[in-house]
Amino acid sequence: MERPDWAPQGIDLSRPSVSRIYDFYLGGSHNFEVDREAARQAIEAFPGLPKVMQANRAFMRRAVRYAVGDGVTQFLDIGSGIPTFGNVHEVALEADPSSRIVYVDHDPVAVAHSRAVLEGQDRAVVMAGDFRSPQEILESAEVTGHLDLDRPVALLLVALLHFIQDDEDPWKTIAAFRDALPAGSLLVLSHASWEGGPRTSEHGRQIQDVYRTASSQLVMRRRPDVERFFTGFDVVEPGIVSMPDWRPDGPTDQEDPVVYSGFAGVGRKA
Amino acid sequence: MNTPVQGFAGPGTAGPAESGRQADGIRRFATIWSRAVYPTTATSMTRAEFERHLIPLTERLCTALHARPFDPADAREVGSALVAAHCTSPEALPQVLGVVDAYLLLYCSDPQRLPTEEGRARCARLQHAIAAGFARALQERTRVEQESISRAALAAQAEIEKALYESQTRFRTVFEEATLGIGIAAMDGTVLDVNAALTRMFGGNAAVVLDRRVTSWVHPDDAPGVWRKYDELVRGEREHFHTEKAYHRPDGTVLWTNLTVSLLRDPDGTPRYMLALMEDITERRLLHLRLRYEATHDALTDLPNRTLFFERLEQTLSRTEAGARFGLCYLDLDGFKTVNDSLGHSVGDQLLVAVAERLQGCLAGPGQLVARIGGDEFVALVSDPRDRTEVTDLAGRALEALSTPVRVDGKELSVRTSIGIVEGPVAGLTAAEVLRSADITMYRAKAQGGNRYELADPDLDARAISRHSLTNRLPAALEGAEFFIEYQPLVRMADGCVEGAEALVRWDHPRHGVLGPDRFIPLAEHTGLIVPLGRWVLEQAVRQACEWQVRGIGGPRQLRVNVNLSPRQLHHPHLVADTVAVLQNAGLPPESLCLEVTESALIRADDDELKPLRQLAELGVGIALDDFGTGYSNLASLRRLPASTLKLDRSFTQGLQQHPADPVDLRVVEGIVSLAHALELSVTVEGVETASQADQLRTLGCDSAQGWYYARPGPPERFSEQMAVAAGQ
Repeated sequence: MERPDWAPQGIDLSRPSVSRIYDFYLGGSHNFEVDREAARQAIEAFPGLPKVMQANRAFMRRAVRYAVGDGVTQFLDIGSGIPTFGNVHEVALEADPSSRIVYVDHDPVAVAHSRAVLEGQDRAVVMAGDFRSPQEILESAEVTGHLDLDRPVALLLVALLHFIQDDEDPWKTIAAFRDALPAGSLLVLSHASWEGGPRTSEHGRQIQDVYRTASSQLVMRRRPDVERFFTGFDVVEPGIVSMPDWRPDGPTDQEDPVVYSGFAGVGRKA
Repeated sequence: MNTPVQGFAGPGTAGPAESGRQADGIRRFATIWSRAVYPTTATSMTRAEFERHLIPLTERLCTALHARPFDPADAREVGSALVAAHCTSPEALPQVLGVVDAYLLLYCSDPQRLPTEEGRARCARLQHAIAAGFARALQERTRVEQESISRAALAAQAEIEKALYESQTRFRTVFEEATLGIGIAAMDGTVLDVNAALTRMFGGNAAVVLDRRVTSWVHPDDAPGVWRKYDELVRGEREHFHTEKAYHRPDGTVLWTNLTVSLLRDPDGTPRYMLALMEDITERRLLHLRLRYEATHDALTDLPNRTLFFERLEQTLSRTEAGARFGLCYLDLDGFKTVNDSLGHSVGDQLLVAVAERLQGCLAGPGQLVARIGGDEFVALVSDPRDRTEVTDLAGRALEALSTPVRVDGKELSVRTSIGIVEGPVAGLTAAEVLRSADITMYRAKAQGGNRYELADPDLDARAISRHSLTNRLPAALEGAEFFIEYQPLVRMADGCVEGAEALVRWDHPRHGVLGPDRFIPLAEHTGLIVPLGRWVLEQAVRQACEWQVRGIGGPRQLRVNVNLSPRQLHHPHLVADTVAVLQNAGLPPESLCLEVTESALIRADDDELKPLRQLAELGVGIALDDFGTGYSNLASLRRLPASTLKLDRSFTQGLQQHPADPVDLRVVEGIVSLAHALELSVTVEGVETASQADQLRTLGCDSAQGWYYARPGPPERFSEQMAVAAGQ
């Protein structure tokens, strides 16, 4: 018998969580031993992974500032995970105190943690939701109550889409979000790949193996598949590039080569 | 963010130049420090940002280095600030301390204010303090973060448990409130949980059901194979099965359910529970059984009806095993119609009930069945007779059982029955063929006097079939206008003039050609079709007579028409009304119609039965006593009959054909004529074929005659022509 939709899923703390692994990469302690064990294996398989994550955070920060500079002060951050530091709302509110942020994650622990972190913060809210159900997110009380969907929104899919499998058709899901958002909205996206950096597809395969036991499976994609995510968006300068190369704040010559693995980009809905 | 360094902030009396030199030293220290530490941090700051972030920290170290009295506590804050800037990796600490150890004095000390020896000692103590502050902050941060993620996990868990509880409550409510009975059993068959609806079905006490084994509910009416399906489900080879199942209730009654049993597996596919969904269909089933019983049984006698009989007969005939035989007795009560007509339907019904009971009593076992398939028609089916005797014995027992009169409403009614038996191998026979053969055979038994049985005989059947098929075709023939009428003139002996004609009905059968009344009138009489047929003949004849009269055929004297009336017509309650209506519709005077009734029909009739004829006679309709002399007439009783004419049977006139005529015959005819005249009856003779015959009959005083000597029966046109010719003569 299929479990009915309205019956809740349990939490399995014995399985590594991609949110808590990410926290570990960033030096946080919002994690349990299973998460740390998986993270250690991943780092072994793909040395320098924490640096890549740092670069990803840095990209996100720059992209948020870019959005505010572009006049977009509403943020829909899907797959927000466990906020450690330098979160979207911190960066955005620093750039424009009238910004509004909705965090979305499907990990109940991440949602509960975000709720605690955001206590007393009325510019940002968190909701439990799944990227794969765009309708549910867009029609949720959190989104409709906190954001004005008649004005441009920055949709943040940072380090998220490599957890969505091809057969779940993330391209179609992005199109659903795109169609629901007004012109001028931004798509902020970063995606794991061994392309661009010194690691090989073999490293990529190994890290995918590590994630096989985790709460979400990892799928590294190649450039053309990442480019297709921007269908219906005008990709802003400098295009879809390695994370450190996306509008850097300063010289990048001292960056560890590994942080060039993967892709980042921002697109604007015409 | 980009706070410029506002000079050397340490205590003392440094001038602007000095402070510029110190600020430069601090910046250079921060640059070296950042370069060493940045790779070990998890900060999202850029290198430049991180470097700027380190400047105030360097300033604090510098100030602490020079402070008097010396207090390394401030350096703890620097260690803790580095943790806050996400230098949380243990690898960061050696990098942090290494740069302080190597470069702090070099870039940040003022040797004028701080002697080198003391500077070294202070630097070492500052490093200790940085390490302590770093460790404490990291410990604190780790504790806080661990606590916060644990809280988050707990909160999430609590939320999910709440949702689970709500969903379980919802499930429980669905389970409890469902109108379907729901039960859950362990794989060993022990019933673990049942809902209220299921409990109610079993009489309201859950204890009756709980903890019992499913397998203890075997019921004699269980569908074949249902327990095999159950075993397959238990072994995990089947996901579900569906059946109608009976259960014994504690109060001894039976619960009938529509049952679906499904297998519930755990996540890795091992069978865990059995889920039973059951719907109480006891009432529906009873209703169904009752409807089925009513549909297959005769309401009056409670015997199986035609439907059930045919079902069983077809079953019997569909057997394929070699040598399979069957036997069928077709019973028809002789003269039952008379009982119904004369004593009323209520008596008839009671008689049928009594007959049904007696026939039921003749059955010798489960392979025999008695059914009522029509008004007074019964059949006994023997599914698999040992031999022919078993079937004929049954027929014999039936005759025997019915031989004692049945007492109904104080009347003793004798029952006579004719039985047709078909017995033999089932091979290739259809139910309809068997029944027709039995029906024919039954008629043969009836024709041989009734109250007997006859066995089907193919040769006899064939003959009977034509009789049978004629009977079957009669109604269609009447519908389809296959009957027509011929007229035979009646001649007055005194002057040889035609005084009328007898209407004689013919059947133009599509296969057998033109049939005379002797072929089909008895059949029509038997089936009752004589009534509509007779009425049709009467209408046609009366209309024809009227036409002749209107056209003046027959001269000044009005032509009369003679129409035959059968015994059944005679007893028909509407005879008078119908006849009057036909006459009135056509506008024919009653005197122009003569109804011919056979002597045998009239002689037997009592006063009541003669009443209609009397009424017609009083209206002026002539009544002729047909075939006179063939029955054993009590001549004295002729007086009480309303007849106006005697029609002398042709057998009397045959003796007069010879020349010289038979003297005895002459004497008899003479006597009858004189008797008739004494009773004021006219005499008509039939079958006159020769002139001398005609002469003698005239001499004997006969009033009128018909026969081939005068004219054969023919169509009305020919009659008109003959009359026209006669008139012209």
